[in-house]
Amino acid sequence: MEVNYKLLNLLSEHARYSDRELAVMLGMTEEEVKRQIAEMENEGVIRVYKAVVDWERTDRPYVSAIIELKVIPQPDSGFEDVARRIMKFDEVESVYLMSGGYDLCVIVTGKTFQEVSMFVAKRLATMAEVTSTATHFVLRRYKELNVQLCDTESDDRGTMSL
Amino acid sequence: MDYNSILNPTVVGIKPSGIRKFFDIAEEMEDVISLGVGEPDFLTPFHIRRAGIESLEEGKTRYTSNWGLKELRSEIAKYMERKYQLTYDPADEILVTVGGSEAIDGAIRALVQPGDEVLIVQPSFVCYEPITRLAGGVPVILETKAEDDFRLTPEALAAKITPKTKALILPFPCNPTGAVMRRQHLEAIAQVLRGTDVMVISDEIYAELTYGDVRHVSIASIEGMQERTVVIGGFSKTYSMTGWRLGYACGPAPILQQMTKIHQFAIMSAPTTSQYAAIEALRNGDGDIRKMAEEYDMRRRYIVDGFNKLGLSCFEPEGAFYCFPCIKSTGLSSEAFCEKLLYDERVAIVPGNAFGDSGEGFVRVSYCYSLKHLQQALGRIARFLEKL
Repeated sequence: MEVNYKLLNLLSEHARYSDRELAVMLGMTEEEVKRQIAEMENEGVIRVYKAVVDWERTDRPYVSAIIELKVIPQPDSGFEDVARRIMKFDEVESVYLMSGGYDLCVIVTGKTFQEVSMFVAKRLATMAEVTSTATHFVLRRYKELNVQLCDTESDDRGTMSL
Repeated sequence: MDYNSILNPTVVGIKPSGIRKFFDIAEEMEDVISLGVGEPDFLTPFHIRRAGIESLEEGKTRYTSNWGLKELRSEIAKYMERKYQLTYDPADEILVTVGGSEAIDGAIRALVQPGDEVLIVQPSFVCYEPITRLAGGVPVILETKAEDDFRLTPEALAAKITPKTKALILPFPCNPTGAVMRRQHLEAIAQVLRGTDVMVISDEIYAELTYGDVRHVSIASIEGMQERTVVIGGFSKTYSMTGWRLGYACGPAPILQQMTKIHQFAIMSAPTTSQYAAIEALRNGDGDIRKMAEEYDMRRRYIVDGFNKLGLSCFEPEGAFYCFPCIKSTGLSSEAFCEKLLYDERVAIVPGNAFGDSGEGFVRVSYCYSLKHLQQALGRIARFLEKL
């Protein structure tokens, strides 16, 4: 499959452009845009379209933490089996195998600090292969997925110039 | 004191364009979505900013040569060669200035004597006419038309050349129309000029921003034209460096020497920090230009399509970062349209007549904004037109 990077860039910045808008911007036909998107979806290049939500502006409590896990690698599978077991939990937002001082980076979200801590204590720390955990709670979100969350962007160019 | 009797009447006589008032209203208003500014939304690429910072850290805080840093002039020479096949001697054919604006001012002042006529293509950027008047020159307007894709035609040019004509100001790619003169159009203009002593001041500040398969051609690269052309370039639009205030002029040594004399007395030398940053821009900035131009191109297609869909016919701009839709179908004047749009829907755009009388019936829309911003603005304009 040929990947159209310009199309992919546009969608990764803003997933809600219409096929027509995409076609206009890229100088393609709408049909071609549809076809390429369908192909990338089928091939799993495009996984899903989601909103970046600033939960702080809602009433719903939201807490997230980065958990550093040290793991004993297993014969043959290494870190693979452990990582796959961890990713199945709904509380887990992301799992990454890391270079450096620890092995797996797990991002966990929940409603309260308590909830996240308990998840780590009961579900992650208790796994036989996990030798240690270090939990770092997120205190303030400034930017997420390339989107600035901390304040509205202002335009210091003013409104008019010739 | 009666300042009016003291002040230079030529300066006082320069009308502070009526647009100012409208601009002030727009600046004061809350919740305005603007498509009104004429500068890039991108920040100066980091490596270029870094080069400026490093020069400060190294203590490079003094004047440079009046002409500008030698290193920078030689990079400009390489750039002109690489992009436009033009050869200039960094020693006495390139002057580094405070923005393209100063270069335009210097070129006009070096050439124009009281009574000389200066041909000014319009609609265009607003500085040429006042600068010409300040030099004692007589502005002669060459109006370009939508049906000619806002290009200067050889007929229009030939009709206005007189024995008093000193210079032609050629502002392409054009702010506000987005028009571009291709090689064949420049050939035709050159044909008219070659037998004359008319000098061309070619304002090519938007040279890097042309779209599709159209690459900018400098009129200086047309046979016989380099000796009668001063090319104006700059870093503001190309590298998103508006606040650094850096531009340059390239042209025949006898003219550049006189321009440098004016520059020496008025300015001394262009900002040193900016000059060091500019060296980095010319050496390693081609990738940045490409990236920004690609982004502008997507926005351009998007906004032009948007206006055409709304029934405001929009000439396809091939350069700069503006589109220039025609609003005659609404029955409103440019100013009335912009004012009403500002009050009713809080969208700020610039009336076409701000760029010369021939801009009447059009509005300038800048697409130096994110696609999301353009989308919102178009939504408001659509609502505005429905209620009209």
